[in-house]
Order: sequence, then C-alpha cells, then structure tokens
Amino acid sequence: MSKFTRRGLIKTSATVGAGLAMPTFITSPLAAYTNAPTGGSVTLGFNVPQSGPYADEGADELRAYKLAVEHLNGGGDGGMMNTFSSKALKGNGILGKKVEYVTGDTQTKSDAARASAKSMIEKDGAVMITGGSSSGVAIAVQGLCQEAGVIFMAGLTHSNDTTGKDKKANGFRHFFNGYMSGAALAPVLEARYGKDRNAYHLTADYTWGWTQQESIQAATEAKGWNTVNNVLTPLATTDFSSYVAPVLNSGADVLVLNHYGGNMINSLTSAVQFGLRDKVVNNKNFEIVVPLYSRLMARGAGENVKGIFGSTNWHWSLSDEGTKAFVKSFGTKYGFPPSQAAHTTYVQTLLYADACERAGTFNPCGVGEALEGFKFDGMGNGPTEYRAEDHQCFKDVLVVKGKENPTSEFDVLEVVEITPRSQVEYAVDHPMFAGGALGKCNPGA
Amino acid sequence: MKSISNADTRTLYFVAIIAILAPFILNPFPTDSGLAQFNAGYPDLMQRFAIYGILAIGFNILFGLTGYLSFGHAAFLGVGSYSAVWMFKLLSMNIIPAIILSVIVAGLFSLLIGFISLRRSGIYFSILTLAFAQMSFALAYSVLTPLTNGETGLQITLNDPRIFAAENVSGNLPVTSLFGMEMRDTWTLNLGAWDFQFNIGYYICAIFLLIAFYLSIRIFRSPFGMMLRAVKTNQTRLNYTGINTRPYTLAAFVISGMYAGLAGGLMASMDPLAGAERMQWTASGEIVLMTILGGTGTLLGPVMGAGFIKYFENIFSKINDTVLHGWFAWMPDGLENVIVWILHLFTGKGWHLTLGIMFMLIVIFLPGGLMEGMSRIGNWWKRRKGGDENTSEAKSTPAE
Amino acid sequence: MDAILLQILNGLDKGSAYALIALGLTLIFGTLGVVNFAHGALFMLGAFCAVSLQKLMSVSKITIDPSQLDFLGNPLKVKTPYIVEWFGPNVGNVIIDWNVPLSIIVAIPVMLSIGYIMERGLIKHFYKRPHADQILVTFGLAIVIQELVKANYGANPIPTPAPDQFVGSFNVGALIGLDASYPYWRLIYFAFSAVIISAVFAFLRFTTFGMVVRAGMADRETVGLLGINIDRRFTIMFGIAAAVAGLAGVMYTPINSPNYHMGMDFLVLSFVVVVVGGMGSLPGAVLAGFLLGILESFASMNEVKGFFEMLYLPSIDQIIIYLVAIIVLLTRPRGLMGKAGVMEE
Repeated sequence: MSKFTRRGLIKTSATVGAGLAMPTFITSPLAAYTNAPTGGSVTLGFNVPQSGPYADEGADELRAYKLAVEHLNGGGDGGMMNTFSSKALKGNGILGKKVEYVTGDTQTKSDAARASAKSMIEKDGAVMITGGSSSGVAIAVQGLCQEAGVIFMAGLTHSNDTTGKDKKANGFRHFFNGYMSGAALAPVLEARYGKDRNAYHLTADYTWGWTQQESIQAATEAKGWNTVNNVLTPLATTDFSSYVAPVLNSGADVLVLNHYGGNMINSLTSAVQFGLRDKVVNNKNFEIVVPLYSRLMARGAGENVKGIFGSTNWHWSLSDEGTKAFVKSFGTKYGFPPSQAAHTTYVQTLLYADACERAGTFNPCGVGEALEGFKFDGMGNGPTEYRAEDHQCFKDVLVVKGKENPTSEFDVLEVVEITPRSQVEYAVDHPMFAGGALGKCNPGA
Repeated sequence: MKSISNADTRTLYFVAIIAILAPFILNPFPTDSGLAQFNAGYPDLMQRFAIYGILAIGFNILFGLTGYLSFGHAAFLGVGSYSAVWMFKLLSMNIIPAIILSVIVAGLFSLLIGFISLRRSGIYFSILTLAFAQMSFALAYSVLTPLTNGETGLQITLNDPRIFAAENVSGNLPVTSLFGMEMRDTWTLNLGAWDFQFNIGYYICAIFLLIAFYLSIRIFRSPFGMMLRAVKTNQTRLNYTGINTRPYTLAAFVISGMYAGLAGGLMASMDPLAGAERMQWTASGEIVLMTILGGTGTLLGPVMGAGFIKYFENIFSKINDTVLHGWFAWMPDGLENVIVWILHLFTGKGWHLTLGIMFMLIVIFLPGGLMEGMSRIGNWWKRRKGGDENTSEAKSTPAE
Repeated sequence: MDAILLQILNGLDKGSAYALIALGLTLIFGTLGVVNFAHGALFMLGAFCAVSLQKLMSVSKITIDPSQLDFLGNPLKVKTPYIVEWFGPNVGNVIIDWNVPLSIIVAIPVMLSIGYIMERGLIKHFYKRPHADQILVTFGLAIVIQELVKANYGANPIPTPAPDQFVGSFNVGALIGLDASYPYWRLIYFAFSAVIISAVFAFLRFTTFGMVVRAGMADRETVGLLGINIDRRFTIMFGIAAAVAGLAGVMYTPINSPNYHMGMDFLVLSFVVVVVGGMGSLPGAVLAGFLLGILESFASMNEVKGFFEMLYLPSIDQIIIYLVAIIVLLTRPRGLMGKAGVMEE
C-alpha cells in the first residue's frame, strides 16, 4: 500500500477524534422527546405530493393545511373549530405556541417521502408529520416517524395495511380503508343490482389493489354475488383495452375496477368506450363499480363516471354543521369546494392540535394517549372514534355515485347513502388486518 | 503496487477534508435566519450526498472509462438495499454484514446482467440494461412482493426473526448500528447562532465514500483503467489486435454494479427501508444525469453532480410560498406578490422545472459538466493573477 | 376467436401510438443523427393542443342567476361559452363537441412550428455533440416542457371526449362471421395512423423533397457537395416528425384523458420500439411498434398469463415488452431491420 493511505487514515481519524472531543460546545440531546419546541412556536411538517401524478391532490391538501394553521392561530372564521365537539382549542396556536409549518414533496415515492420527512424532522424540527396520497408513502413515512419519535397523521391512505399489519404506535389514520369500502358498498350494490350477480375484477397489481379486491370480493360474495374472475393489471398500464376486451364475453354482468388515480380514469374510460354499460348480460344491465372514488380524479374521467357507484371518505355536499363550516371557510378562501383529501388533512391537523392541548404536551406519547380511544363529533363524518388498538378512525362511510346532471364542474358525485359506522366496523384481529403490532409509542431522543 | 501521483493525492485529501468538514461547509447560515432554508448540513441529506457520490463514482467507472451507457444501474442499488434490509431482518442490526451482503448480491446480479447485455454495444447495450432494470422494477413492485414488500417497501418490523438480537423490551423498532454506535446518533454543536450536526451515519458514509474514491483513483490509474479507456476510444482496433475486450468491460460493469450495491446497502443502513421506486428507469436516468452533469470521466465530477441534484431535490422542493413571502416581506406589496408569483414557478412544487432548466444550461454551455465550469473559473483566475503571458499554459485539462 | 380478434385490434391500436411516435424518433435520428428524448413531450404537446382548444372554446360569458345558488349559498354564476352565444346552441355545441377533430387543423401548424423552433433554437447546436449530450439536453427540455404544462393545466388528467357521433362501438367481427364490437374512436385512431404512416412513406418515396432527404440520410456529405441545402430540408423533417407525434397525441386524447406526464410514459416504450425495429430504419420502427402492441395485448390475456404461471414464470404482462426487446436484441444484434454501425460506438 502507499504511504499515503495509512497516514491519511491516521490523520483522518485524528481529526474526527478532535471533532468529537469538544464537549464544552456540544449539547447532548437532553429533551424528553424529539424536537421539543423551545421558542414561542411549534413546527408541523406537511409532506404532500407536489410533483408526479398526484400533485393536484397534494395541492389541495396543502390548501387545507394552510387553512387549518390559520384557524389554529386564531385567523379566519375558525372553520370546524366551532363545530368540533372538543373545545380545547382556543385559537391561540397549540399550547400557546404559534403554529408554523414546513412543506415538502413526497413525489408519491416512498424514498423521496422519507427523505423529505427526515429533513423536516432533522433540519426544521417538526414535531408532527402529516400528508401523503398513497398507502406506500403513508406506510413508509409512518415507519419513519415511529423510529424518529414524532407523531404521524396519515393523509390519503386506503390500504388495510396502514392500520393493519403495518400499524405503528406513533401513526394515526382518519381516512377509511378497503375493508370499509367493501362493507359499505356491498349492501348498496345488493339493493340496486340484486343478489345474483357475476363480478369481474380488474385489480391494480400491488398491495393496495390486492387488499381492496380481497375486501370487495369478500363483502359482495357474502351478499350472494359470484366472482367470475380477477385480473391483475400492471401499475404502468395506460391503455386498459386489452384487459377490458375479455370482459365482454366472460359472462360477467358487473365490472369492479380496483384502481385509483390515473389507472382508475383510464380503465373506466376504456370500459365505457367498449360499450360495457350499454350491454345486457344474463338479462341484466351491465354495471361498473369503482370502489374508491376521488372527486379530483373522477373529474378526469368526465362523463364516464355518471351513475357509477363507489365509496368516499367525505364529500362537500354533506349537510352537517362541520361540513358546512369547513366548506364555507375553504370555499371563501380558495373559491371552490374542498376535496376529501383536503378534508382529511384539515381534520387531522385539528385533531392533532386538540390532542396536544388535552394532553398538555407535544410529547408523542402524551399526544398518542390523548388520541387513543378519543371520541369526537362535528368534523363532518358524524360521531367518530380513534380506536386505541389500531389507531384507525371509525365513522360513517359515504356511498356515492357519479352525478347524472352535474350543475358545476365540482358537482361530480352525489351521496347515495351514509353507511353507519356499525356496519363498517371490524374486530382488531380481523384476518385482513392481522400480522402487525402497534408497538409502544416512541418519543425519540 | 504503484503509489498514486501527487495530484491525485491532493484531490483525495481535498475530498477528505470536504467530507470531514461537511457539517460546517453545508451549514453556512445561522439556524434562525431566513437563509437557513438553504442549509444542507443535516444528517439525512449529508448521508445522501455521500451515498449518491459513491453511486456516481461507480457509474463513472463504467461510463466514464468504457463509454458503455447503462440505463439500468438503479437496479443494482435496489438489489443492494433489499439484501441489506433482509440482513437486518434476519441476522442482526449491525451494518457490516448487511453491507457485505449487498455488495455481493449486487455484484452477482450485475455479473448476470452484464454478461448478457455486454454482448451488444452502443444504444443496444443501453436498451438491454434499461429492459433488465424495468423488469426488475415491475417484478419488485408487484410479483415479488413476498420478497420486496412491493409498493410499501421492505421495512423492519417488531416481529422479525432476527438471530443476533437482544430481547426487544422497549416495544420500539431496533436501530441500525455499527458495534453499538447507532447510525442515527447525532451531536449538535452550538456556536453562537449556528448549529452544526455531526452524525455517526454520515461519517460512516463519508469513510466509505473516501474508500470508494480512493479505489476509483487506483482503477483510473491502473493498466486495467488504461485498457478500459482503450475500449472507449476504439474497441474495433483492440479486437483486431487480438484482445478480447469482454472480460475487461464485464469486470468494469461488475465493479460499478458493486459500487451501486454498496450505495444501496449504505442507504438501507442509514434508513432501513428499501422501496421499489429505487429501481425505476427514472432513478437510473438520475444516475446518468449526475455523472454527466458533474463531468464524465473525471474523478471529482460525479460526486459533485450527485451533490448538485440531491441538493435541488431536497432544498428547492421545500421553498413554499410562505417562505418566499417571508423573504420578500420588505418589498411593497404589489412588487412582493409579483416576485413571489414568478419565483413560485421555480421553487416548491416547481423544483423539477428549475432542475430541467439547469440541466439544459449546463449541457449547452458546459459540455464537460460542472468540472469544466470549475476549471474554466480556475483558468480565468490564473489568468487574472498571472497576467496574460501565461494563458497558453493555463489551459489545463480537466482534473481527472 | 372473438377474443383473439379483439386482442389483435387492441394490439394494432396500441401499436399505432407506438409506431407513430417511434416513426418520428427514427426520422429525427435518421436525418439529423440526434437522439431526441423530448419526443414524448411533443406527443404530449399535441394532446394539449386539443386541451387548449377545448379551453379556448369554453371561454364563457358569465351571467349571474339569482334563482340558483352555488355551494357557498351565493347566487350562481352561469357560464355560457361564447361560441354558443355566437352560433346558437345547436351549432355552437356541435363545434365544441367536435373539438378533437378540429384540433387536428390547429395542431398541424402549431406542431410544425414547435418542431422548427426546437430544431433551430436548440437541436442544431447538438449535431456534433456526443449522443449522451443530446440525450441529456433533450431530456432536460422534456422536463421543462412537461413542468410548464403542469403549471398551466394541473397534474390531473383532463377529459377531452370524442364527438358524440363516434361514441359507441362497431361490430367488426360481424364482417367475418364473429361477434366482436370495437369502439369507433379506436378504429378511427388505427385508420388515422395508417394514413399518416403511409403519407410519410409516400412523401419520402415519391416526392423530390423526400428523395433528397433519403439521399441525405444515406450520405449527407455528398448531397451537400451537390449544392443542395440539406440542413434546411432536415429541419423541415424535424418539423414533420414533431407534427406526426403531435397528431398522434391529438387523436389519442379521447382514448385516454391527457395529462402532463403522458409523454414520459410513452418515451421509454417508444425507445424500446425504435431499438427493436433497428435504429434509423423507418419500416423497422413501424413494424416493431405494431408487433410490440400486439404482443402486449396478448400477454394481458388471462389464458396467456395462466400459461406462463404454469411454467412458474411471473406475470408476463408486466415484463413482456422488455423480454421481447432482450430476446430480439440478443438474436438480431441490430434490431429487426437495423443497419450495421449505427449507434454502436
């Protein structure tokens, strides 16, 4: 070896040693938990997709976050803080500290989302991370927050796994999941389309698609439906014609599209182009079902969504006080009604702030305890509970269908039925959710 | 073994010093100032700089020396990460076995892909590597979910059957470590308004980066390196002289695959999660961009290119409208809004746009990448200092 | 049989898009020797010509109707597109409905000039640069174009339906005694691309201009020595390639709602198509486009998937394109119809 390496190494280690041996300047992490706020403000991290196919959802989430921060700091009309059943929030920030926020771009990739969340925790001192618009990202960031010792309030994530096998003590989910979609949809589908139906599933070939397909199949088969086939479609598919064409002569009379986002729009468009909706099979009108709707995305499918059933977490046309208050302040500020993504993230922020107030601390363990088993109302979904065992929210689920005669470009969906909470509830050890452990809350530091 | 030249020694020292002082260099602005937004001296990003530096150095051994443009290098990175996480899940949380396995697995995988792809050259080679990488991505995302955990990525869980692990009583996920030193441990040094973070994980990455850099100098200067350059210059002539170039190119391919595996292993060691997107063609494209941006075939260039792209991705994407308004609050309202409106196209959600424009500008005006830019500045400086008579001498070749 | 016929049609349809994009890519590569990574972006820009025209046509006069309320309880603002105002509801709505066919007329000059500007402004400075630089600069351009479109139109897809007359499907199978209906618009798409492809070939083969261009592709220097301004013609060919990609994009909009990243989605696939066909070979690009389209369609059939699963192979539809690319390149070193020495350095 050259003389250079050995000496270099010795020198290098000496420098590193010197660097570490300056105890007088070094503050050791003495705080009780990660990023304990010290000054007069507290920082929240809003991690949403700003680039990539879900950028519009991300933008709407960000609008809702800004609104929530404004309300928490006492600005605006207070929105849902006035209708929220818990009155701990006073409009003076959280625990008297002014709320500030940082934003980041998840790119809807788990790596990028984690990098962004890490920088919020390590650089900006965020005590809570929230956002995201896919289950992959949610689960990845939830894992990170568990390790780092901050609270994670999930955004759009519909996979059973988020509060199933990948649940974490520091993570909470307000959004509903695949199982709930199935449980809410099946009775409505039975009522409209009858017991004797043959369903053909097209399913996005990855974890979310599989769990949703499994849930819908189980729920519809319990109502007497028969599942003819389940075809997995690669995520990268843009033209679904070759998957839709075989449906024509398969003997099925219902097509279930377990797709989301761009996949959903394209597969639905193909299905309608192939004239599936005009077909009569087994003396029944052929029907299409899209179990998970997103209004922003449904707009991309245009006319094709008309009359098609699906489920959603929340819709702006609901008439309860919480919804009205939220739609009013969001609509006044931005000029259009909020999406379910916006609603979820707004509510998550308020819930977090409220939990901090009630716990009297930002410590994730205290906050977690305040959220576990917390029952509340006035947030647009009726009486809601954060179940302590898996940190999943239990509330009513909306069954919607594409509106036949929309009055405006936002008026895409109409609420068909509000499925009560009892009907979509499941046991903690339900086989679709088994296999994970919540672990203990981690305050970090 | 031959000692490396003085110039190379200086370059290596330079990299070493930069790497050691990175927490200071990357945090030039006081923590509470508005410009702190531009600070990059926090553990995660510093780790990324070092890891992507290793990746780009490895890629440069293939592309810079032999001219073979692989569009599938991200696959080796991904394979390395998956092996490392499996090692954490099954063996122990110590990073050494994980990194060793990731390098070996990536090496074997690149041997297989290289063996097939190197039967062709030019764009045909590029498309073959791209095809393999895209296949790996598609499979990892869906079909191989039992191995890769698909969409959500492979993570450590509480009930992993780890062989060497103490009973987990805390209920918390175990942390990656090197003989008890946790990768996430960070000391913070407060100097007045400045906070400097010294992170164990980063320094381990930096040590690997230096080793990788040193090895790449040795390869560049070795007879083997000469042979690879000969392949780039004129492969046909080499073939006519009776030399079979395949073993050389294959060796270069495997070495650079192992570099990528090392980077993947390190990435998983710093943050024990391996996602399939790591293997997508866009990720491979990013490696190509890093190398070309920095300066293909130069020693330092790829590292700089990697730093440049990661800086943009992590810093620019976080500048939102509120931050912008904060900066320009001193301006009259109308002007402030105009400026913020213009800038917001380029920051926050528009960071891709800035990156695209920067690519174009650099490629158009600095064909040799950032390294060419540096040497041009260097020359200009020398000319100014030494007067005009030295101009012809000052025309140095880009640092290699 | 019905299923097979349908999948062949699907394949031809997918193949049309691949072939049109790949044709333009090869044209640019063959004439200018430039690897254009922004070609997918041109396809996307074509699609957004249709979107822009739709936006333009729906520019509306706003009247306030106090009898109806919007979601905030304020009086509803009723929008009537000016076109409907001017031409009356009957003609006006038909014009709006025929947005996509009308966009073709708009897209041709727009795309030709975008191509022209791109070539003169950027690409021409890259003739002598390494292919890696060309890839990088055009890739950068693709990102810039894509981000600008996103900043303007958002990230979500925008529905641009076909005219009402073309909604529904036609029983193609009935012609040969089978039962297989296929959507009108997809049939039109196929026919349209067949026409475009033939037109490009005819243009190159039967016009003097085309002859000179072909000569230039074979030996640029000699043609230049003959006193022919070959650069100018190549610039025009770049414009034509851009227009072909743009038209492919316009016509594609009713099949899938366009979004800003549709170009990138097609880019890699069309590169695979070009390379499988053989760099620089126009017939190769078309052949490979249709071939890969058909193979992709068949791979997604359950029967085929099941067969491969029986062999313990993973989902074939995930990897078919790449698998075919690998097999073709390993057995036919220069793709299906490529010439020796092109892009092998």
